[in-house]
Amino acid sequence: MEQSISVLVTFVLVGGLVGIMVSLGRLLGPRVENPAKGEAFECGNPPSGSAWGRFSVKFYMTAIIFIVFDVEVVFLYPWAVLFERLGWFGLAEMLLFLLVLGVGLVYVWQKGALEWD
Amino acid sequence: MLTIVAVAAIKALIVIGMVLNLAGILGWVERKGSALIQDRIGANRAAIFGFAGAGLVNTLLADPIKFLTKEDVIPRGVDRLLHTLAPCISLFPAIVAFAAVPFGDRLVVGDLVVNLQAVELDVGVLFLLAMTSLGVYGVVLGGWASNNRLSLLGGIRGSAQMISYELAMGLAVAAVVLTFGSLDFQEIVRRQGELIGGWIPAWGILYQPLAFLLLLIAGIAETKRAPFDLPEGESEIVSGYFTEYSGIKYLMFFMTDFVEIAVVSAVVTTFFFGGWQVPFLTAQGFVFPWGGTLALPHLVVVLLQVAAYMIKVFVFCCLQVLVRWTMPRLRYDQLMWFGWKVMLPLGIGNLVVTAFVLLLVRG
Repeated sequence: MEQSISVLVTFVLVGGLVGIMVSLGRLLGPRVENPAKGEAFECGNPPSGSAWGRFSVKFYMTAIIFIVFDVEVVFLYPWAVLFERLGWFGLAEMLLFLLVLGVGLVYVWQKGALEWD
Repeated sequence: MLTIVAVAAIKALIVIGMVLNLAGILGWVERKGSALIQDRIGANRAAIFGFAGAGLVNTLLADPIKFLTKEDVIPRGVDRLLHTLAPCISLFPAIVAFAAVPFGDRLVVGDLVVNLQAVELDVGVLFLLAMTSLGVYGVVLGGWASNNRLSLLGGIRGSAQMISYELAMGLAVAAVVLTFGSLDFQEIVRRQGELIGGWIPAWGILYQPLAFLLLLIAGIAETKRAPFDLPEGESEIVSGYFTEYSGIKYLMFFMTDFVEIAVVSAVVTTFFFGGWQVPFLTAQGFVFPWGGTLALPHLVVVLLQVAAYMIKVFVFCCLQVLVRWTMPRLRYDQLMWFGWKVMLPLGIGNLVVTAFVLLLVRG
């Protein structure tokens, strides 16, 4: 209970601070519309269409590989906390798990998914 | 009930004040530090009644006022809601993450025991990881909502970089959790108050030197500062994901940068350098290993601990500023190579070795 209250109070206070900052900028700043000012900044050139298009597939690859490994890292935390109680059995189990993780990493590495060029 | 809320609010306000002031001071340290390293005179223009305070007036007063009174330009064609939301999503988790780190031991006022930690969760480490992960949304939304090619490029660069180094960070933190057997920051700090052989403080750096390096490097990558500043990359993509931002929203992205430096420093301090621990200081006062003792009142002990925490955090902040102005920027393939092929295997190896050593030593 005390724990949740501390989280909630901090969230409310920080949220309020951030909200006030954004709205203060609205209130205090001047507002002068100008067609040139409203353009997307592309170093002086008139922008050629919308930016919401396609981008390099490598970023998708990174994101997908990240999700696989990150979810596996999450499983390490409960094990790390209970490590002393689990003893050698826990270590053997986790080594098997890390072996699977390692095989996955080697596979991704060999396939060249981690190469950027 | 009311006292619980009041105490929580006071602690949260203290931490918010601490981190915002630290961010302001760091802005000054960064500008003066870069001036020092580049052999030029840094910020020294703004003054109040002739008092410039070596440029401190600039960053603490003149800059915020100027940012606040500038126009908040929202270009045509942007996603207006996300454009406004992105700096908030960026700044919010950074401050909240700092609040999870304890800044002192228990403070006893009458019959009220105050745990000097704004977010007192017993799974504080998980909370911190969750909040630092949220930071990526500010970057990617800011880049996407701006409807600008340079912003988009900065946003996706930033997101790919942050998630790549998050793995190494998670593994380094897992090794620390393994060593101390707890997800509670206070517990981890208290364990570091012990003495090895009666002389050396049992700080985490002695048990986990590799995890310290991994966490510091991954932390600098998460804050997107040089040598990992490709998402901003001024010389290539103008200002990266905040190209289309101005006024207070730009300041908020800027502040996120400094608050994240403070978060990285706080976490490194807490995990590896004893957090609020002062060597040989116990709850009753100093007990030196060579035999002397120095009894101190409770309030002095608590203040010393808070001061020790702040000094340690500030030292690591300065270290990061120094790194920024010393290292050249990496290439993107080097960045990915380092994150996936060096940091990640090292993190896994460190975890396995730690587990083996722990079992062999403790049986």
